[in-house]
Amino acid sequence: MPADRHRSRTKMTDTRAKIRTFLVDNFLFGPADASLDDDASFLELELVDSTGVIELVSFVEESFGIKVQDNEITRENFDSVARLAHFVESKLPAAVSQPAQS
Amino acid sequence: MISLPTGAAVRCDYSVLAIDAEREVARICAALRDAVHRDLQRRGVVLGLSGGVDSSVCAGLAARALGPDKVLAVLLPERESSPRSAKLAMLVVEALGIAWERFDISAALDALGCYTRRDEAIRTLIPEYQPDWKWKVVISGGHSIGVNHFRVVAESPDGRRADLRLPYRQYKDIMAATNYKQRVRKNIEYFHAERLQYAVLGTANRLEHDQGFFVKNGDGAADVKPIAHLYKSQVYALAEYLGVPQAIRALPPSTDTFSMAQDQRELHFGLPYQEMDLALWAHDHGVPAATLATALAVTDETATLIYRDVEAKRRATRYNHAAPLYIEDVPIPMEHSP
Repeated sequence: MPADRHRSRTKMTDTRAKIRTFLVDNFLFGPADASLDDDASFLELELVDSTGVIELVSFVEESFGIKVQDNEITRENFDSVARLAHFVESKLPAAVSQPAQS
Repeated sequence: MISLPTGAAVRCDYSVLAIDAEREVARICAALRDAVHRDLQRRGVVLGLSGGVDSSVCAGLAARALGPDKVLAVLLPERESSPRSAKLAMLVVEALGIAWERFDISAALDALGCYTRRDEAIRTLIPEYQPDWKWKVVISGGHSIGVNHFRVVAESPDGRRADLRLPYRQYKDIMAATNYKQRVRKNIEYFHAERLQYAVLGTANRLEHDQGFFVKNGDGAADVKPIAHLYKSQVYALAEYLGVPQAIRALPPSTDTFSMAQDQRELHFGLPYQEMDLALWAHDHGVPAATLATALAVTDETATLIYRDVEAKRRATRYNHAAPLYIEDVPIPMEHSP
């Protein structure tokens, strides 16, 4: 596997883990291994309401140092761990993203 | 949800909200007498009178049910209340001939840090913000369920304007500080209720009650809620029947919580109350979204989003309705009385 692809995959895993931990701690109130599929819809799980969405926005802005535009606050970007991780990754400029931990 | 017979034609237009005001007033008055005298063993009622149509109707109902001499209206303005509110409230007091007291809660709110904590939160976003600016919180994002966000809109006396998305921390700080207003008001209502052996009336209508638009232990706290089963347009029908002054009936619903003028659509409903009434009625009567769409002249997709929004707001505000929880069943002494 090329090194940059490996790094990219590791980074995505870290992003997902960070998002998952935040959700488990603040919305599921469960243990670290609490069940939450990466693709599960927060809306359908009734996990996050409109105030929860703004909390997620603030969380990703503060944790990943990105700026979320109003028109980016959509279900496409915020409705699952996978979608949110993908959105965050797309906002992280490659040159300043965190180095992979492998 | 009320289910309809399969294949039944579903009527969904504003006529479903029509109400026989005379009959409904008589029914509420009888129930109110029973609740206050028999169930609660209180001699009368106290209510906060805001100058809005809901509390005006509640005052009118109470005066009819118990007699004007058994109703105390409290006017509880603070420095950011619209002066018009108090004038309108006085119209009701005078029309009904009920007792009233006015108490400005600004000093109490000051002592609690309501204004300073809120202003500090705003200033982290708008550094030039000063207490003489007008401001409000609005909801943005329409019916795109789950992706609404809140904005703070502020305007300086010389017309400079800021309109910013509220981050979570500031949103929570601002709302918690602002909700002191409703909670302090309720304290004063209960002060009078206790000294007079009265019950406290809650003035929420069905939209507010159903969608959880009240402050827990603030305006949500009460002993009796005489119009919580009535849609807003039905409250207006009762207002007309009860002779609530036209100046009150003509005003659009307002929160009167922020210093900048704001109607309830901007913070709560996202729809005019007539449409919100019909949407809620339709939702609870199993009316398909497509039928609601026709009635409201919106797309099927919008009607579906409105339904989802109704359900989302119910979920989001379950906590507001929740009574205290117990570790095990604890009997309520009254129910065990011989």
